[in-house]
Amino acid sequence: AAMSRKGMKLLVDSLTRSSKHFNKSEVECLVNLFDTLVAKASSDFAGVGFNRIVFRDTLHSAFGMTDDVVLDRVFSIFDRDNDGCITVMEWVEGLGVLLRGTLDEKIKHCFRVYDLNGDGYISREEMFQMLKNSLLIQSADEEPDEGIKDLVEIALKKMDHDHDGKLSFMDFEKAVRDENLLLEAFGPCLPDIK
Amino acid sequence: MGVALARAAQWTAAGSGTGTLEITPLNESLLNQIIKFAEDFSTKHPQEAAFVFREPLEWKTQLDSSVFGEGYDINEATVQSEARGKDGQPLLVLSASTLRVRSFDQLSRLLRIAMEKKLKEAQACLEANRDPIVKILGPEYGTVEGEDMSILHLFDKVKKESDLETELKMKIVLLLHQLDLQLLNSSLKQISQDVRLNPAAVNNEVNLLKNFSGQGEDTVLESLEYTSDYMFSNGCRAPPWRQVHGEICYLVIKPHDTDPLYITCSTAGVFLNGVIQKATRDIHSTVHPSKTIHAWTVRSFLNHNMLKNILEKIISVFFFFLNKPKSSSEKASKKDSEEEGKSSTVPLTTKKTASGKSKTVKIQQTSKWYGKTSSSLEDVGESSSETDEDEQPVHRQEGGTDLSPEYWGVQKLAKYVKGGDPTATVIALCSMRDLNLSQETCQLAIKDTGCLEVLINLLDTEEIKCQTGSLKILKEISQNVLIRHAIADLGGLEIMVKILDSPDTDLKCLAAETIANVARFKRARKTVRQHGGIKKLVELLESISAGSSYQAKDTETARCGALALWSCSKSTKNKKAIRKAGGIPLLARWLKCSHTNILIPIVGTLQECASEVS
Repeated sequence: AAMSRKGMKLLVDSLTRSSKHFNKSEVECLVNLFDTLVAKASSDFAGVGFNRIVFRDTLHSAFGMTDDVVLDRVFSIFDRDNDGCITVMEWVEGLGVLLRGTLDEKIKHCFRVYDLNGDGYISREEMFQMLKNSLLIQSADEEPDEGIKDLVEIALKKMDHDHDGKLSFMDFEKAVRDENLLLEAFGPCLPDIK
Repeated sequence: MGVALARAAQWTAAGSGTGTLEITPLNESLLNQIIKFAEDFSTKHPQEAAFVFREPLEWKTQLDSSVFGEGYDINEATVQSEARGKDGQPLLVLSASTLRVRSFDQLSRLLRIAMEKKLKEAQACLEANRDPIVKILGPEYGTVEGEDMSILHLFDKVKKESDLETELKMKIVLLLHQLDLQLLNSSLKQISQDVRLNPAAVNNEVNLLKNFSGQGEDTVLESLEYTSDYMFSNGCRAPPWRQVHGEICYLVIKPHDTDPLYITCSTAGVFLNGVIQKATRDIHSTVHPSKTIHAWTVRSFLNHNMLKNILEKIISVFFFFLNKPKSSSEKASKKDSEEEGKSSTVPLTTKKTASGKSKTVKIQQTSKWYGKTSSSLEDVGESSSETDEDEQPVHRQEGGTDLSPEYWGVQKLAKYVKGGDPTATVIALCSMRDLNLSQETCQLAIKDTGCLEVLINLLDTEEIKCQTGSLKILKEISQNVLIRHAIADLGGLEIMVKILDSPDTDLKCLAAETIANVARFKRARKTVRQHGGIKKLVELLESISAGSSYQAKDTETARCGALALWSCSKSTKNKKAIRKAGGIPLLARWLKCSHTNILIPIVGTLQECASEVS
């Protein structure tokens, strides 16, 4: 249902205030985009938001993010209240981080993406999950999993500063501050600047 | 066995008929090995041991019939074995102190019986049967020099016929060949320990090197002369009272770009004299070659690319005699601290690899070949194009199998860089930076594992993260001369110049810094210019905020550009190119900035541009 102009203005104002990344006109565009997407979505959520599938398609086409696991995680992060549907607030805020986030925000975002079960730690299994398709060429005499396991160990050695066998947020943050390239260490979860 | 006997064993000259084996440690060790082989043969290879020789091995023995016990028919002075061949003949016959043996089984038994006399028996046997293989297997298996096709023929036969007999023959041939190799290896060890320098060898090498010396560009050395024209009858040029100490001759070697070197050749090796005195008699009277033997090399000052490889090979032959495997592992520098600055011998460099492993005749060299003041020549402190780094780095030849631990670390990471997707590659690249990249072993490990090509290939991709990671590593390791040249050879410079167009500022900075490191030799600078690099580097100097405030990021970009320009500006044509691209006013503008770390390269570049010879 289309919002009244006044409602729209109120919405835009409140969003501009809460989101620190976009100015007014940008927020307007985002809201318009949101509306289009909602219209595309099935009528499950009655115009309030759109669901996972639409979200994935959008991100895929807009940002070239293809990894399903990652996209799933990003959706869960956007969807703060975990109701399976993304409202306009969640949309604008989420995009704020993706597109204009400061390094801190991005670190938090990426960490939450990689922490598959949300327990505050990136464990070996989670790393393995994310990296399992990343070795394209393997020697024939090697077990396929061995290579990935080794890679997980290499990553752990590089980033696990408290040596507890898993990456806490502190570990991850420190590692990324030391070496910016490690921000998306386990898979691309931020849009490509292209 | 045949080959070893023919080549390695030391035979006396044939007086009448066949020669005899000299009594030397080498022969003794050979004999012992052969004895051991024969003794164990019947236990290790029972089937082959039963094989009957084509002809018996026959020799005059010192054993008499009393030593034989079970399994033998003793009949006064003759002994026959109970074991018989297919033709009913006994496999061992002793009659009138001549022994005839027809199988390995009997041979090993005999050796066991002989006990303390087995060395003599073996010697007698081998002296009498110079090519035992012919007698064992037949004339077609005789030892030949050059290619030995007998095994191949036998193999074909086995495939065709596959009867037990041929198979046994094949196995025996293989075992004997194995024994051969073993004997040759061990004898080589012995031989190489005994090699001493002699006048003829020195003369040969000097003449060889003289062919490559002279005035002009394509020579290795300027001159190489003996200090004395007179040669004694034994080939030595050293005066007799020095010959007593083993000295053979003295040389003056003038390389192209440093001071002359004064060399002493002695039977113990070749040494460089230390401090040079005006009075020549001092040199001779106070040279003290140390008693222990040092390995060393003359630093070669090559300035022509063409002869690099040839010279390596020649000099490796030259120094065959100089490298004594025994004591090379010590880095002892016996500088005689003789007073009054008299000349003393100083070994220049020492070998790195473990001694005594001279598995091949080609000597393992890890002698370092460096341009003499390579670090100072390249220093960005000096201006003027003359103090260029012109030398071509000669590759250090690695010897032996001792690979550093860094090598394996790099090897492991290389796997992910080569075969992983961008995510894995980035992780591996970040991890690689933790290896001690400023250490030379690590740098060379990266080159040797083929990682360098991969790193440069990564630069060619569009993945910004991979490019960044790769450049960070390349920036570090391009401090090494060899790596620089390798990067230039692999076309890395063109790609880096292309990266200067990238929208990502960090990437541009890294590329410029790496170019600054690589462009420290002439050819690289030329390449940068030829691909339009100078113009792009000048563009880096243009800051976005043209105002008087200098943003940190812009300053950083300009600093990297200035560093690269500083390196490049050592070439005259580059100086012109910088000027043409409008670089001078931009450089001047940055002079107002107060950050010292940008001022240094800016001023350096301006100094270079101002010092053109015209």
